[in-house]
Amino acid sequence: MGFAVNFSIAKTHLLSRKKQSVVATLGVTFGIAMFILMISFMKGVNQFLQDTMLSSTPDIHIYNDVKTDYSFSVAGDYFKDSNASVIVYHPKPKQISLNIKNADAILADLKKDPVIGAVSPLLSTQVFYNYGPVQINGFIDGVHINEEARLYSLEDKMVQGTTQNLLTSSDGILMGSGLANKLNVTLGDLVSLTTPIGTTMRFRIVGIFAIGIGTLDNAKSYVNLSSVQQLLGQNSSYITDINIKLTNNDFSKPKAIAFYKKYGYKSDDWETANSSVMASNVIRDVLTYVVSITLLIVAGFGIYNIMNMTIANKMKDIAILKAQGFGRKDIVQIFLTQSIVIGTFGAITGIVLGFALSYSLSRVPFPASNNFISLKYFPVVFRASHYIFGVFFGILTTFVAGFMPSMRASRIDPVAILRG
Amino acid sequence: MSIILQTDKLNKYFYEPEPFHVLTDISFTVDEGEFIALVGKSGSGKSTLLYLLSTLDTEYEGTLTIKNRLLTGLAQDHLAKFRNDHIGFVFQFHFLLPEFTALENVMMPALKQGKLKRNEIEEKAMEKLRQMQMHDFANKPSAKLSGGQQQRVAIARALINDPAIVMADEPTGNLDSANSEKVIEIFEDISKNNGKTIIMVTHDNDFARRANRIIELVDGKLVR
Ligand SMILES: Nc1ncnc2c1ncn2[C@@H]1O[C@H](COP(=O)(O)OP(=O)(O)O)[C@@H](O)[C@H]1O
Ligand SMILES: [Mg+2]
Repeated sequence: MGFAVNFSIAKTHLLSRKKQSVVATLGVTFGIAMFILMISFMKGVNQFLQDTMLSSTPDIHIYNDVKTDYSFSVAGDYFKDSNASVIVYHPKPKQISLNIKNADAILADLKKDPVIGAVSPLLSTQVFYNYGPVQINGFIDGVHINEEARLYSLEDKMVQGTTQNLLTSSDGILMGSGLANKLNVTLGDLVSLTTPIGTTMRFRIVGIFAIGIGTLDNAKSYVNLSSVQQLLGQNSSYITDINIKLTNNDFSKPKAIAFYKKYGYKSDDWETANSSVMASNVIRDVLTYVVSITLLIVAGFGIYNIMNMTIANKMKDIAILKAQGFGRKDIVQIFLTQSIVIGTFGAITGIVLGFALSYSLSRVPFPASNNFISLKYFPVVFRASHYIFGVFFGILTTFVAGFMPSMRASRIDPVAILRG
Repeated sequence: MSIILQTDKLNKYFYEPEPFHVLTDISFTVDEGEFIALVGKSGSGKSTLLYLLSTLDTEYEGTLTIKNRLLTGLAQDHLAKFRNDHIGFVFQFHFLLPEFTALENVMMPALKQGKLKRNEIEEKAMEKLRQMQMHDFANKPSAKLSGGQQQRVAIARALINDPAIVMADEPTGNLDSANSEKVIEIFEDISKNNGKTIIMVTHDNDFARRANRIIELVDGKLVR
């Protein structure tokens, strides 16, 4: 009951100075709209970069790292004197082969894990691509193409041919689009590869892919795992890497640690492998919040000013209301309500405008769109949580902005005003 | 006759711009149904006393009792509620809320009180306005009314919650003689016919004589 009167007074005050109310509301509207637009766009960029990154990074990468722990040396054993300290200058790693020893057992074991979506064993080597007189440095990944395709959705990235072509030809190769351009080759052409150990083999191009990352598209090719094993003169269980896709990549970090403990090989999760991308995500997030909060604070100051002005104009009314028995709480309610109404309207129109702007941006074609960047429009994500946060924060801002003036109003001494 | 208002040794000081003892040992009682005129020269402390009596000003020494309730020392919120229920106030400057109609202004204290339903309050407010012969202007914005009209609306507003006491600070101070006469007639009417207790500040001796009793302040002291 009490609130109904206070609300109707608040409403009357708001309506009796429409222009001010509208300006104050627009301040909030604009702040929230910019917040929605920025966060939707920034999160879209993050999402895009992450997707691109994930299209070339497995959730977990298991490999045999070059051993770089030189704290122990056989030289110590040689002198057999615990008092002597032995210094070895320029130690070098042992000649070891970097393959994963019990690969078949590990692969079989991994496939039993329910969290794992796909496991792709890999044998990679550097090669020279020879095509006529042209020789280009790059590398080839020997894979089971079906597993690899599941890991990275390769099928979507094929520009020419399909991944299946690799299965049906013993000397097939899938080549990165940039590399194919440089070599000036196309489907059906033969290209010969030379490995660092001097072996050479000829492959027929059965497909061309574009992942969207220049360093890969300009250097990488896929061939069957057995071809690389053959090139390197190794047996059919010789692999250097295992790439894993999880059904939910949030588990990447703990799983990577678990695999390291279990198999004894280095396991990197995608976040660790791409920490610079993750860092730039964080920076974009912070930037978004800083700019949006600044805008809202500016809007908040606008409301603060307007409320102060209103209260200065309404001193007499406040005194009259107090004389009639309106308490401090009522006065706070009357003025705080005005500011919260402004906040609520501003927040609602803000998210509507924010959505409209975000949607428009998501329809704007991305300039410089080519095969390398698989981006047709500006990347924008639409998430309910952003809109909820926007409304919440808009109302919070106006609450804070309106609170102090309202408290001040409630403390006005009616006698001082009524005396005139 | 039962006592409705009693003060005991009210003292009030102002400290700004310099220490000033504005009211000294004000002790008096008001009986239920009395119409009292509070007179005195300008600056003698009439308004100051009325603000104490109306509970708006709580910075004083001594005690104030209305309807057997000791009001001295009560919290602001209690006093606000007490004012709402028991005290009707009419100011020298007819002080209405300018954005609201005459009717809405009259209804306001009752809506705040929340005892009656809205339509009952509206009916009652119309009745009060009729008593002031202001019912034709009920739906006019109060800012569009003349001074005399506004003052009559303000009296209707002071009466809406059937207060125990109506206090008026020079209610005719800003009106021409015809309107002043009308306002005084209204006070006489609600005193005689509604049995309201009234304390009215005035410096017009003719008006003062129409009250039941005159209280006079000289330099902050009660002289009769
Ligand atoms: N807020 C104040 N601070 C200091 N002095 C005041 C204040 N209000 C009133 N006074 C002084 O107190 C005296 C009484 O004032 P007031 O009660 O308004 O007189 P009246 O209503 O009888 O004309 C006057 O001398 C006035 O100047
Ligand atoms: Mg006065």
